[in-house]
Amino acid sequence: MAYDSFHTLTSSAVPLPIENVDTDQIIPARFLKATERKGFGDNLFRDWRYNQDNSPKTDFVLNNSTFSGKILVGGHNFGSGSSREHAAWAIYDYGFRCVVSSFFADIFRNNCLNIGVLPVQVTADFLAQIFEAIENNPNTTLTIDLTNQKITLDATGLSEGFEINKYKKENMLNGYDDIDYLSNIKPEIEQFASNTPL
Amino acid sequence: MKQTLFDKVWDSHVVRSIEHGPDVLFIDRHMVHEVTSPVAFLGLKNRQLPVLYPERTFATADHNTPTINQHLPVADPLSRNQLKALEENANAHGISYWGLGHEKNGIVHVVGPEYGITQPGATIVCGDSHTSTHGAFGAIAFGIGTSEVEMVLATQCIMQPKPKKMRITINGALNHGVTPKDVALFIISKLTTSGATGYFVEYAGEVFEQLSMEGRMTVCNLSIEMGARGGMIAPDEKTFEYIKGREFTPQGADWDKAMEYWKTLYTDEGASFDKELIYDGAEIDPMITFGTNPGMGMSITKAIPKASEIEGGQATYAKSLEYMGFAEGEQMVGKPIDYVFIGSCTNGRIEDFRAFASVVKGHKRAANVTAWLVPGSHKVLNAIKEEGLLEIFKEAQFELREPGCSACLAMNDDKIPAGKYAVSTSNRNFEGRQGPGSRTLLASPLVAAAAAITGKITDPRTLINN
Ligand code: SF4
Repeated sequence: MAYDSFHTLTSSAVPLPIENVDTDQIIPARFLKATERKGFGDNLFRDWRYNQDNSPKTDFVLNNSTFSGKILVGGHNFGSGSSREHAAWAIYDYGFRCVVSSFFADIFRNNCLNIGVLPVQVTADFLAQIFEAIENNPNTTLTIDLTNQKITLDATGLSEGFEINKYKKENMLNGYDDIDYLSNIKPEIEQFASNTPL
Repeated sequence: MKQTLFDKVWDSHVVRSIEHGPDVLFIDRHMVHEVTSPVAFLGLKNRQLPVLYPERTFATADHNTPTINQHLPVADPLSRNQLKALEENANAHGISYWGLGHEKNGIVHVVGPEYGITQPGATIVCGDSHTSTHGAFGAIAFGIGTSEVEMVLATQCIMQPKPKKMRITINGALNHGVTPKDVALFIISKLTTSGATGYFVEYAGEVFEQLSMEGRMTVCNLSIEMGARGGMIAPDEKTFEYIKGREFTPQGADWDKAMEYWKTLYTDEGASFDKELIYDGAEIDPMITFGTNPGMGMSITKAIPKASEIEGGQATYAKSLEYMGFAEGEQMVGKPIDYVFIGSCTNGRIEDFRAFASVVKGHKRAANVTAWLVPGSHKVLNAIKEEGLLEIFKEAQFELREPGCSACLAMNDDKIPAGKYAVSTSNRNFEGRQGPGSRTLLASPLVAAAAAITGKITDPRTLINN
């Protein structure tokens, strides 16, 4: 088992209604110097979260104790830019297990799935409703049900289905990763490689 | 069945397809660098797995390296540690390693093509999103995360669903002073940074046929900035000419055999794409970005668009202009700048330095400008010296640094100070990308050169003769 399994999650959420949030914001390059996957949560959104003298920026949502939870809700095109998996690690390490947005950048979405953070893509309308609900009541909860591929705004009972391919879903439910799968078909890969010159 | 170039290369690398799931895709060549690989090697260790085919992986140090005094020990202990980890991992697993000071060292996407690691019809991955560069040769090349780096080391495969297909055709010819970088920034400004998400792009039409291999690399490099997984161009005589005789390309009878395959790599007449876009090369001007993502670009002659002209995201747009210290409706030409960076895997090749030199020759660097000229590799550095470009740079009071990623991502000391404006030939203008608080204006080497000698944003066409 390569990471925690994911079934259902009910939690309040942290809203970040900004579009095109790129991975350089999620984790700036100068924090990519580690050789182990440790402590990235401290630098999540570093330059939006702290001033240059390391004092917290009080207007940034992660510094506002009104908002908390295991779900991060972001604007359209979340996670664009660099392929750094460190962005997904930072989100995980901070304590989030799910990111909700109306659109995800490709590599970021993949990276999340590969480490056990569930990206949930909703319609723009539903995203707006989620932001509004959180704004009205920061304690409002969302329920993410992976088995039934459903996200629900608990206060109103409004829900929406979301897409995930069957293979990745099984992986998330069981906490398996791709290397587990690929290791099991090694002879097939070796056969393929022997017919593929360098 | 009629197939696209992308279909031909992808389908021939599928080890198996999983129903309602991804394809298991065989990876011919894998490039690693010091930043996104250490955790992958650690993962292998924890699983007690070897590297399955070390001869298919190539390691170079680039992201975290200094660009002055490379002969001295690296001062930053964290960077030093990461470089050491790469060297140890490469040695422990029998992977070829081109570390700091090695004659083949340079930016991963610059050295790959230089030594013929990049070939038509290959699948190439690297833990860096600009791996799309290698698509210029008709390869399927894209960036991957660290979990996937581990996967490729352990199994030489990754698992991904086949992307949709988009073709971007640009007909006609480019105007004087318009470079491949402008072509890419033009497309991204039309598509936005998410317009090609979920797609793999093929670039076609006369404009791309006319481009040199280096120009094609610049365009494919920026595919990721429109959200695409990657971009590719069908190989032609120019491609074959470029790769012939390079160290890692097939030789003799193997070359003939490879050529037979490579010549089949084009999109069949009548093959279908999920999306097609067509532009005219004459529409494109020298471009510059004014905001905090590469989609916020425009012709250098234009004024910054008004928020009311933007579709959606008004708050984000306002935040972006505020960060840049710009107001809507302002002209870009004439704005003073502080720094110029020429380099990166987008524009750090010899043709880029030639273009830069063609403008600065006979002029002097503006007194208010700090300029960093960073070649993409030692090979580029040597060519700059051999071709006499260094003399031109010196006369114009520019200094040349040693190869690496440098201010493209500012992991080393090459950071643009907070609040300063940098005209940069790199690929990303995100907030703080070139250092905390830095303000980046993405542009071509010609626009960068014009800014470097005038100290402000200048249309390079006013400085160059036909
Ligand atoms: S130059 Fe920039 S984009 Fe290219 S490999 Fe280096 S960091 Fe990545």
